[in-house]
Amino acid sequence: MPLYLVTVASRGIDGPQHLYLLAGAELTPAAVTSLVEHLLHDPVVQQVHWQEVNPDQPLTDPFLPKTDLLVVEVAYRPGVTDSEGESVVEGARRLGVRSLEHARSLRRYFLPATADPVQAAAELAIDIVQTTIAYHPGEQTTTRAAFYTMLVAEPTPTTPVVTTIPLRSADDAELIAISQRGVLALDLAEMRAIQAYFVAQGRDPTDGELETIAQTWSEHCSHKTFKARVRYTQTPEEPPAQPDLYPMLTQLAGGECTIDSLIRTYLMRATEQVLTRRDDRWVLSAFVDNAGILAFGSEHEVSYKVETHNHPSALEPFGGANTGVGGVIRDVLGVSAQPIANIDVLCFGMPDAPPPPPGVLHPRRIASGVVAGIRDYGNKLGIPTVGGAVLFDPGYTANPLVYCGTVGLAPRGLHPRNVRPGDIIVVMGGRTGRDGIHGATFSSIELTHTTASEVGSAVQIGDPITEKKMLDVLLQARDAGLYSAITDCGAGGLSSAIGEMGAALGAEVHLQHVPCKYAGLQPWEIWLSEAQERMVLAVPPDRLIALLTLCTAEEVEATPIGRFTSDGRLRVFYRDLKVVDLDMQFLHDGRPQRVLTAVWQPSPALSRSPHLTTVAPDQALLRLLAHPSIASKERIIRTYDHEVGGRTVIKPLVGVHLAGPSDAAVIQPLPGEPTGLVLGFGICPRYGLHDPYWMALAAIDEALRNVVAVGGDPDQTAILDNFCWGDPKQPDRMAGLVRAAAGCYDGAVAFGTPFISGKDSLNNEYRDADGRRVAIPPTLLISALAQVPDVRQCVTMDLKQAGDVVYLLGNTRSEFAGSHLAAIGMIEDGGALPKVDLATAPATFRALHRAIRAGLVRSCHDLSEGGLAVAAAEMAIAGELGLHLVLDEIHSDFITALFSETPSRFLIAVDPAHTAVFEDTLSGLPLFRLGVVTVNPTLHITWQQQTLIDVPVATLRRVWQQGLEVINVKDTDL
Amino acid sequence: MELKVLILRAPGINRDADAALACELAGAYPERIHVNRLIEGSIRLTDYAMLVIPGGFSYGDHLGAGRLLAVDLIHRLGDELERFVADGRPVIGICNGFQVLVKAGLLPGPLRQPPRVTLTTNESHQFECRWVQLEAVANSRCLFTRGIEHPLEVPVAHGEGRIAVRDEATLIELESNGLVALRYLGDGYPANPNGSPHAIAGLCNAQGNVLGLMPHPENAVLPHQHPRWTREPTRHEGDGLQIFRNAVRYAASL
Repeated sequence: MPLYLVTVASRGIDGPQHLYLLAGAELTPAAVTSLVEHLLHDPVVQQVHWQEVNPDQPLTDPFLPKTDLLVVEVAYRPGVTDSEGESVVEGARRLGVRSLEHARSLRRYFLPATADPVQAAAELAIDIVQTTIAYHPGEQTTTRAAFYTMLVAEPTPTTPVVTTIPLRSADDAELIAISQRGVLALDLAEMRAIQAYFVAQGRDPTDGELETIAQTWSEHCSHKTFKARVRYTQTPEEPPAQPDLYPMLTQLAGGECTIDSLIRTYLMRATEQVLTRRDDRWVLSAFVDNAGILAFGSEHEVSYKVETHNHPSALEPFGGANTGVGGVIRDVLGVSAQPIANIDVLCFGMPDAPPPPPGVLHPRRIASGVVAGIRDYGNKLGIPTVGGAVLFDPGYTANPLVYCGTVGLAPRGLHPRNVRPGDIIVVMGGRTGRDGIHGATFSSIELTHTTASEVGSAVQIGDPITEKKMLDVLLQARDAGLYSAITDCGAGGLSSAIGEMGAALGAEVHLQHVPCKYAGLQPWEIWLSEAQERMVLAVPPDRLIALLTLCTAEEVEATPIGRFTSDGRLRVFYRDLKVVDLDMQFLHDGRPQRVLTAVWQPSPALSRSPHLTTVAPDQALLRLLAHPSIASKERIIRTYDHEVGGRTVIKPLVGVHLAGPSDAAVIQPLPGEPTGLVLGFGICPRYGLHDPYWMALAAIDEALRNVVAVGGDPDQTAILDNFCWGDPKQPDRMAGLVRAAAGCYDGAVAFGTPFISGKDSLNNEYRDADGRRVAIPPTLLISALAQVPDVRQCVTMDLKQAGDVVYLLGNTRSEFAGSHLAAIGMIEDGGALPKVDLATAPATFRALHRAIRAGLVRSCHDLSEGGLAVAAAEMAIAGELGLHLVLDEIHSDFITALFSETPSRFLIAVDPAHTAVFEDTLSGLPLFRLGVVTVNPTLHITWQQQTLIDVPVATLRRVWQQGLEVINVKDTDL
Repeated sequence: MELKVLILRAPGINRDADAALACELAGAYPERIHVNRLIEGSIRLTDYAMLVIPGGFSYGDHLGAGRLLAVDLIHRLGDELERFVADGRPVIGICNGFQVLVKAGLLPGPLRQPPRVTLTTNESHQFECRWVQLEAVANSRCLFTRGIEHPLEVPVAHGEGRIAVRDEATLIELESNGLVALRYLGDGYPANPNGSPHAIAGLCNAQGNVLGLMPHPENAVLPHQHPRWTREPTRHEGDGLQIFRNAVRYAASL
């Protein structure tokens, strides 16, 4: 087949050259000329050269420098999404050039001649998805020609086979071996249950059946840890002072208890408790659908889902984060909603970390890749990325966390959930390939230095435009009532999607109809592939033609592959091969409940008291502002489109020069309606290192503080839980998980904020080459979604007017365990942990909300990492005004007053004309008048006539804005 | 009379609803139409008074922003589009739409000349989402920026918005022929977010009825879309609405 190499070089810009490989049996030089002319280069800024690749002739290339250099060319491996190559084929079709069959894109980099080719390849490419060739100009070109030919070669066709696994005869050791060999992540009890099922059936399972069960029973799909029976023990301790406010903590303090399912006992029950106290139909769906759903106005509903994509992001940061965003968007499409906002919360190792262990990418490289992946997907889908957080801690070096969330908007009640027997199963969107196999089980294993080479297939690159096209037609299909049920094709691929949709009915699938990216996939691979950008729909037969017509009109692939039945069985065929024949009831209810042990050991650091007297306030403040978790995230935020859709009425960056960190973004979903939605986040993993119970309360408090600070109504706030944890089979990790979940119950009930959705990502551990295990800090993300009655009443955190009176709302206690003052090493990490006072916090939030609605608040900022001093600095930076604050009344110790991280606190600036009414509105609550906003841009803080801090705002800003400069946010090519 | 505006949709175009809202607020009746309907002929461009090519990442922008949709416009809709423009009907390309018009040769025009102007990677080598100030260029031929005397505050959101020209003479010609319609106000980065020479933010054709611009006036039409509304006097509308209102008024006058 004729093969052509096109080289494109930019004029006057250093940067990689773009290479294209074009192949087609009938592809003529004339056709290549046309493609090169109209498609492959921009004559104003680029020059181009093309030639035929012929094994017998040397390759020539005018853009290869004559000087001695090392040239490295990078391409995606065959089978990995190459969107640029696919664009060339699409463009050729639109130009009328039908003879182009394959196109691939490459990047060509130039390095010093002495560079080590292996090292260069490792730096320029991610090995599990990309391949490279390195050479020096002037060398023989036969190897290059062979490399190019390999890239466009068709996969060798294989005969579809179904293999039977001899399970019935296996002993326990062999059962475990089968699980490990297949990356099934099933334990012995589960393998025995499967064995018993097939013994009763009188046959052994097929590869497809075993894989189907493994995916359905995976942690990712069935949450077996959160549904486990847990035996919890600790040394009995004093119950909290107000046991009725902390009922679950009180129970745990008793010393021993058994919890039958964390999710039912703590999370779902909290929601039930909260909702029994309300008489409105506000929560429309919690823990049932792909996303939680709330009523919005009388005619709409909003949905919200947050997911994690941690393991893939550790191995291939761009692709991992990219497909993480794509996946959570499909969750919202799975409740028939239009995605209107994205959020991302990221946890990385320290940017200045030493070189990481083998098999682990440096945190800076992970951070850059993840940010690029989020930008690529969100921006291309046209969904604004409006909020989130970025945290840095040494504990995330080998296991970064990538939380992606999407908010959806839909007309009320249009999401159908009524699959009927006879409905056609339609797979829509992207094609199926060998990518993403074992993603669901892969997420349940610990990472090691060899994981990348063993389960590289679990990592993928997204194709946002395919998802965008699907989104466009799905909303039309919903409005036209063309489907009776829909779900995303995520972990477990078709096996999970169809298995779940047909759980109560039964389904029959014919895999030979599934459109594949290339030939050669085995039936079980088609069935299990987690290839991106696919949805599965149940379509009534009389709507099928209308749906397919709609899809054709917008060039979205949609294919009937089977139908739902009424026989309670999951039957899967590839032509006449039987791939799967399972009882739906066994598949969904046959998994034995896990039994786990939890043993709690209190953190010894909590009984120490840190020495605060040695801390120099101004130095501490500057170092806190430079800490990457506190430093300005503007460089990252500016690369995300947060304006598209026109709904972002409070931006992530606010103030005079839009440099201030907003507590939360506000979106106005419907242009004509004043009601808004606020998105706030709470995440305090450093507290989790000491006690996940108080971490959970602090995270709920922080998420609520954020939404209340801008004007969200605490009584119209729902929350999501996302746990990222280590190995739950370790009793200490499990005990932490129990305590965090217990904190979720106590917090949600006390604040009246129901959980509407949640997800867990466990086994975030890394085992290095020497067998040492490293778990991440216990990390709970609480995502709050609050209504703002009228966006015109929203408040931002920037100081606005000199002369405004500044208040602190909330009591300050000396609580430094897990604090950022400890993180920067200025004090020992220990002492009291920041504790939420559930007796006052809910009343504080409600009263502040009343004051904001009454228009009494000019600026408001919540106190979090780094305490009062950091919050005051940020308000001054954003408003380019000064502050004069007197802290005498706050605490008898000034370091506590400045830097303690006691929750439930706000700094508030009030117009002097409104102070009396403001104080009235908050009467009975701990409110302290601290000082005034000044024209002179200096942060001036005193305590008992002693100046603690006197630093120009310009200095604060410079330090705060430089904190993240080491993270590269430039467009990385490829 | 109902003034119908065709808002072009294509795979990856994503600010079509935003542009439609702006046109509606400007008093027109926008219809979002997929490019395939025009190509197959089931919908005709000539039935519309105005065309908007909105922002997004058409076909993914993998081969340079706007390249593939430009191929559609030129190779599959060329004649119809050329007539539309020759008739003097307004065409506005925003962000990706601007890139499409430039890559198709409609801007700065005339068509079928060797390309002399393009839009390429921002000088910062990164995507830029931020608010900018725009000035309407006084001597411009553009029909929709006339009468705009105050700077417009609007957001940009792009990675490839820097004007690049074949040679210095082209730049001088753009200026002297009144083809520069909009300029970023203020010195250097980030006031000029992409590093365009002469701070060019928007271009028009010689007739003045085709305007392309990188910033997003359609995301600055409502008062609370402004990034500093919590600290500034109340607005009644966003600055960007003026461009749409002018274009609609002009289309109505034809």
